[in-house]
Amino acid sequence: MIVRAADRVLVQGITGTQGTFWSQQMIAYGTRIIGGVNPKKAGAEHLGLPVYASAAEAANDRGFEVAVMFVPPMAARAAALDAIEAGAKLLVVLTEHIPAQDVMELIAAAKAGGTRVIGPNTAGLVTPGECFVGIMPAFNAKVHRPGRIGVISRSGSLGALICLNLVRAGFGQSAYIGVGGDPILGTTTRDALRAFEDDAGTDGVMMVGEIGGTAEEDAAEYAATMKKPVIAYIAGAAAPEGRRMGHAGAIVMGDKGTYRSKRAALERAGVRVLDAPTEAGAAFTKALGA
Amino acid sequence: MNFEEHAAKPLLDAAGIAVPKSRLVTSAEEASSAAAELGACVVKAQVPAGKRGKAGGIRMADTADEAAKAARAILAMEIGGHGVERLLVEERIPIAREFYAAVLNDASAKSPVVLFSTLGGMDIEDAAAKDPRALSRCVVDIREGFGHREAKEMLGGRDLGLPSPKRSIGFAQAGDEAKDVAKTLVALYRLYRQRDAELIEINPLALTDDGRLVALDCKFTLDDAAIPRQPGIAALGARERLSALEARGRELGLQYIELDGDVGVLANGAGLTMATMDAVRHLGGRPANFLEVGGQAYTLTKSALELALANPRVKSLVVNFCGAFARTDVMTEGVVTAWEELKPTIPVFFSIHGTGEEEAVELLRARLGMEPFDLMDDAISAAIEAAR
Repeated sequence: MIVRAADRVLVQGITGTQGTFWSQQMIAYGTRIIGGVNPKKAGAEHLGLPVYASAAEAANDRGFEVAVMFVPPMAARAAALDAIEAGAKLLVVLTEHIPAQDVMELIAAAKAGGTRVIGPNTAGLVTPGECFVGIMPAFNAKVHRPGRIGVISRSGSLGALICLNLVRAGFGQSAYIGVGGDPILGTTTRDALRAFEDDAGTDGVMMVGEIGGTAEEDAAEYAATMKKPVIAYIAGAAAPEGRRMGHAGAIVMGDKGTYRSKRAALERAGVRVLDAPTEAGAAFTKALGA
Repeated sequence: MNFEEHAAKPLLDAAGIAVPKSRLVTSAEEASSAAAELGACVVKAQVPAGKRGKAGGIRMADTADEAAKAARAILAMEIGGHGVERLLVEERIPIAREFYAAVLNDASAKSPVVLFSTLGGMDIEDAAAKDPRALSRCVVDIREGFGHREAKEMLGGRDLGLPSPKRSIGFAQAGDEAKDVAKTLVALYRLYRQRDAELIEINPLALTDDGRLVALDCKFTLDDAAIPRQPGIAALGARERLSALEARGRELGLQYIELDGDVGVLANGAGLTMATMDAVRHLGGRPANFLEVGGQAYTLTKSALELALANPRVKSLVVNFCGAFARTDVMTEGVVTAWEELKPTIPVFFSIHGTGEEEAVELLRARLGMEPFDLMDDAISAAIEAAR
């Protein structure tokens, strides 16, 4: 789930406003985009790249490993199945508000087809200095810079702020993995922790969570077994119970998904939990002795 | 979106799961005539909250007069902060056993899960504590579905029959109940799929003295993201309780939640907005709201600012932008324009980073003569100080 400069990327929905803007940004940064999909404009050229009728057609022509979806919620399931059937190794689902049953279906299909899903409702993946896939400010050197911290986040804007604070303290990122703000995710925080534990370019992990669900509790279980230091920040300490805080997944129901439960689980696992995002830099200076 | 009992039960009925005859009423007079028609009945408060029974919102009535009396009492109640405005008057069902059945999204399994328990009529957590073996759980492969084979496997070997004294009366053949329960679970799963439910729960699912299965209560939650493709039933859901400002935010397409503090918060993205609220509290202040202009909403910043300022408790405002997808120059332009138009008297403190940062900072200097704080904590501390 760490994208590399050599990865070939297909953009589903490349001809839309956002698809166009972010494809330009990705290409400028160094992402190897091989083309896009839009069945209505198949055969045309866009941004100097071929537009295909389907991911299968793209696979037969130029080939790709990664697909990224700029596709509206009700069309997301079909687009994802197209990419999975075409053999995508990694599928980045940026779309927010996909019906949950469609999400479960596409995750089940991905599992059967050997595709790893990132998201839904993610801002994507960044490997500073190599490439990025999604809608992150990779080109902003105050936010993303090559380094040795792995960053995992359920939120794009907060993830960017954390990266900014790390860069300020002199820490770049080995990679940024946006797992997404939905309740049901293809790749969990725990999966992302494992990827960084196994990554030779990563010395420590910054994990950005939020209230709702059990992603942080599950991640804590794995963090307890890790060799690399993990530092966490959990958003939502001041959030009222029973209200959805913007993200579909960010809701406390009764005693489930609370800030307290997440913080306690992480601290039991030996993870330092920060009170504010601005503490991230100092925390890594201490943990890594840099 | 949650459905109250009276809105959820017709969905079960249409799916082939039996429910009691009932009338939805709003007065004691109507309750009385409903009871005259239905005979011995149950009068039930219709509110979007649990624990209605414990609160006294569910009462038995044998006659029309008793139903009127029960209705009068329940209509005067408040349950879970909701005034009772509607009642369901329902025929009374002779219960021999109570089961529990549900289908729901399981985020950990990333799959639908079907639940069945032989201990119904109580909280599923309480039931699990009482007898963990009472509960069966089936993780469904959503691509395969949940049919009679899966249901049979899930119920395998359980005695679902009438208690032995009643069994001798011989209304039903032993074993028929298990078949009926399996049929009910399959119908419930089909309804869950057809209607994009997040959760459907029948508790209790009653086995009657004469061996029928009847759903006595039902919770139904529609997946909000599926509302566009479920227009037929979305109108039946309970309206969320919103303050006037929250309702205005909803109309504008903004995520706004009113809180009781005095430091107004405007940020982009759910995570950053929560983190800003948390920092207000951590640094000794009290946030007045959650208000995010993330995703496509980043172009609505002008309306958002007006909304934040419309809360009379707000004494200062912190604007915290960290652009990823959302462009900080576009958001700042909205804030600056609204500020110029509204000329608010309260102080505002900015922190701006990420996509479009240079242009945003330039805009702020040129048009409001303000300088953003480099650190969000400093902007927040200044806002807390100003609110004192």
